Amino acid sequence: MSNLLTVSPSPHVHSDDSTRKIMYRVVYAMIPALLWSVFIFGIDALRVTLIAVAACIAFEYLIQKYLMKINPSVTDGSALVTGILLAFNVPAGIPWWIIVIGSLAAIGIGKLSFGGLGSNIFNPALVGRVFLLISFPVQMTSWPVTRQSDVDAVTSATPLGIIKEGLTNGTPVSQLLPDLPATSDMLLGNMGGSLGEISVLLLIVGGLYMLFKKVITWHIPVSIIVSVGIIAAIFWGAAPQNYVNPVYHLLTGGLMLGAIFMATDMVSSPMTPKGQIIYGVGIGVITISIRLFGAYPEGISFAILIMNAFTPLINTYVKPKRFGGK
Amino acid sequence: MLKTFKKGGVHPPENKLSSGKPIEVLPPPASVFIPVAQHIGAPATPVVSRGDTVKVGQIIAKSSSFVSTNIHSSVSGKVKKVDFQADSSGYPKQGVFIDVAGDEWIDEIDRSDELKKEFELSGEEIVRKIQDAGIVGLGGATFPTHVKLVPPKGMKADVLLINGVECEPYLTSDHRLMLEKTEEILVGTQLLMKALNVEKAVIGIENNKPDAIQLLTEKSKTYQGISVVALKVKYPQGGEKQLINAVTGREVPSGGLPIAVGAVVSNVGTAFAVYEGIQKNKPLFERVVTITGKAVSSPSNLLVRVGTPTSVLIEAAGGLPENSGKVISGGPMMGRAIASLDVPVTKGTSGILLMEKEQSKRKEYIACIRCSRCVSVCPIGLEPYLLMTLSEKQIFDQSEDAKIMDCIECGSCSYTCPSNRPLLDYIRFGKGKVGQIIRSRKK
Ligand code: SF4
Ligand code: SF4
Repeated sequence: MSNLLTVSPSPHVHSDDSTRKIMYRVVYAMIPALLWSVFIFGIDALRVTLIAVAACIAFEYLIQKYLMKINPSVTDGSALVTGILLAFNVPAGIPWWIIVIGSLAAIGIGKLSFGGLGSNIFNPALVGRVFLLISFPVQMTSWPVTRQSDVDAVTSATPLGIIKEGLTNGTPVSQLLPDLPATSDMLLGNMGGSLGEISVLLLIVGGLYMLFKKVITWHIPVSIIVSVGIIAAIFWGAAPQNYVNPVYHLLTGGLMLGAIFMATDMVSSPMTPKGQIIYGVGIGVITISIRLFGAYPEGISFAILIMNAFTPLINTYVKPKRFGGK
Repeated sequence: MLKTFKKGGVHPPENKLSSGKPIEVLPPPASVFIPVAQHIGAPATPVVSRGDTVKVGQIIAKSSSFVSTNIHSSVSGKVKKVDFQADSSGYPKQGVFIDVAGDEWIDEIDRSDELKKEFELSGEEIVRKIQDAGIVGLGGATFPTHVKLVPPKGMKADVLLINGVECEPYLTSDHRLMLEKTEEILVGTQLLMKALNVEKAVIGIENNKPDAIQLLTEKSKTYQGISVVALKVKYPQGGEKQLINAVTGREVPSGGLPIAVGAVVSNVGTAFAVYEGIQKNKPLFERVVTITGKAVSSPSNLLVRVGTPTSVLIEAAGGLPENSGKVISGGPMMGRAIASLDVPVTKGTSGILLMEKEQSKRKEYIACIRCSRCVSVCPIGLEPYLLMTLSEKQIFDQSEDAKIMDCIECGSCSYTCPSNRPLLDYIRFGKGKVGQIIRSRKK
């Protein structure tokens, strides 16, 4: 009988949005920053990104098909996002096999060991990054020359690296300043750093696109940026020779990449606006604590992973305000 | 800024294909099936039997308790049988089958078009006449109107809200009624105000019906205490709690009735039925039904006798399109898909929507990506993703704590979920279970 009617419960219409479309919007939002890094670091940046993407997709497919024996879900676009984000978090000159290992850690440990998309507690790309940072600390901090570096330089340091080293050795801030990039260079991305973190301006453009497309809301990025800025400003105001201007904290060290693209990962961040602000402030406080008092110059990756771990707790205790509730 | 409810909501494509189509009268069909339970509450008791002749407007089933209502014949002819047939719920329901002969109305009904504004009745008399006329909420909830007009002890209404929101996509029956029966609705509103003993009534209309807003604003000037407010287009604004919140800013407490915040809500269709029931002595046996759909050749608004089979309406709108895959009684967000075209129009049928095959099937669903959209669109502030998981795992004490019983089943969550998760299906299941648990606890 071809004229059988479908009977199903309401609603009978759907918004037509899909998880895949959302993932692709994240990808589009990352393209400007990616192009910029190709401009700054050359074709190496593209090489690293393509390897990371291919490896993430391949590992997801292979593990799901042969180990988990389920239908591979690579078409949902999430492995693509993880691949690009992982590439954004490594130096552009990193050897190919390290990226492949990072991709395996991201997809295998970070995502599939928890059950796959939606079940992971941590941001998979960050799991990959931190895995690499611990396993290959040298390669992960060998920053390639940018087109602005001195011709005979082999590697260039990141601004936060220079600051950390200088302050640890007791150099006052005023003597470090000549070595640091100008604010305009930091905004644009004329500086050393991980592949995707350098152009603050283009990361913000991507973030605004995601805001506009309702992929993210403002709560997480703004609360991270504001809390880092305020705390950095307090220390700077109290002892300007021992602490740098907050601008350096905001514009370098992957803060924008972390705040806009990594911390906002839907799966591993809280569900309610209030919960998102708690989470964002948590990330901000931990990041700046690591930067000012810890061993690492950057710190936002660790901060996000730590707050990822708190997300289930936040979701349990921070409930939306119920209509008609007390 | 236009007013609207403050929490959640979605904006599905409006698709009001038939909004420009004046109401046409659909002649009585050859036979009708009139269910005795067309309202929330106890089914009415049939008072006719096989072989009886009936007239239009005659009582054929009597209200069996306070929360129940009379059922009147919508046609004249001979009772064929009193038997069971499926209604839009899909369950067999008792009802009266009548073979139509002619169109003979009971004498009491004033069939003239003349507008009758004046009335002398007391509040109690109005309530009694509404009860006799079998009037229920015509927005789809079909709660007997007279019950709403008698607030529980110690509670008092201070404002009557007339619901002209029609937030469901596609449906236009209320819109047409507001344009064509403007003054009748206003008189009906005054009758309801008198019955409730309130000084103030507000008619809420969404801003996608500017003609209705303008007309009612204009005409309401001569009616004491009635005002019109334009609302931002947002679903589910037609829900009682959302409308009250949008117009008055008040929040009906969790588990409470609108009267708890001093409000009573009636649909514009109900106000019109009240006018007809009281000023024209005409019981509720016909209503305006939108028959629509993207493939329907002439989407229309028809004045239909209760009991008319769905198939007759579809014929009147140009027949069933080739590629129809689903027939919905009501709107696309909250309507019910019906399995057979024999399902009759009842007092609560606001529309018949025909969906094309491609749109009729649901897409496969995938894992929740915790995007929190379901949370942000829920007008009640629930966590649909969590409620679905709790239903899946059958952890009902937690769903009760998470206020599952407050869900108004608006479907905004399922509509929005990018992973196509059937959130509301699972929430309904959970509500059923939690309801059982609560009832057994009370015993
Ligand atoms: S949980 Fe209920 S009230 Fe909330 S959006 Fe879903 S159906 Fe509507
Ligand atoms: S909308 Fe769907 S995918 Fe998003 S949180 Fe809710 S259930 Fe999960």
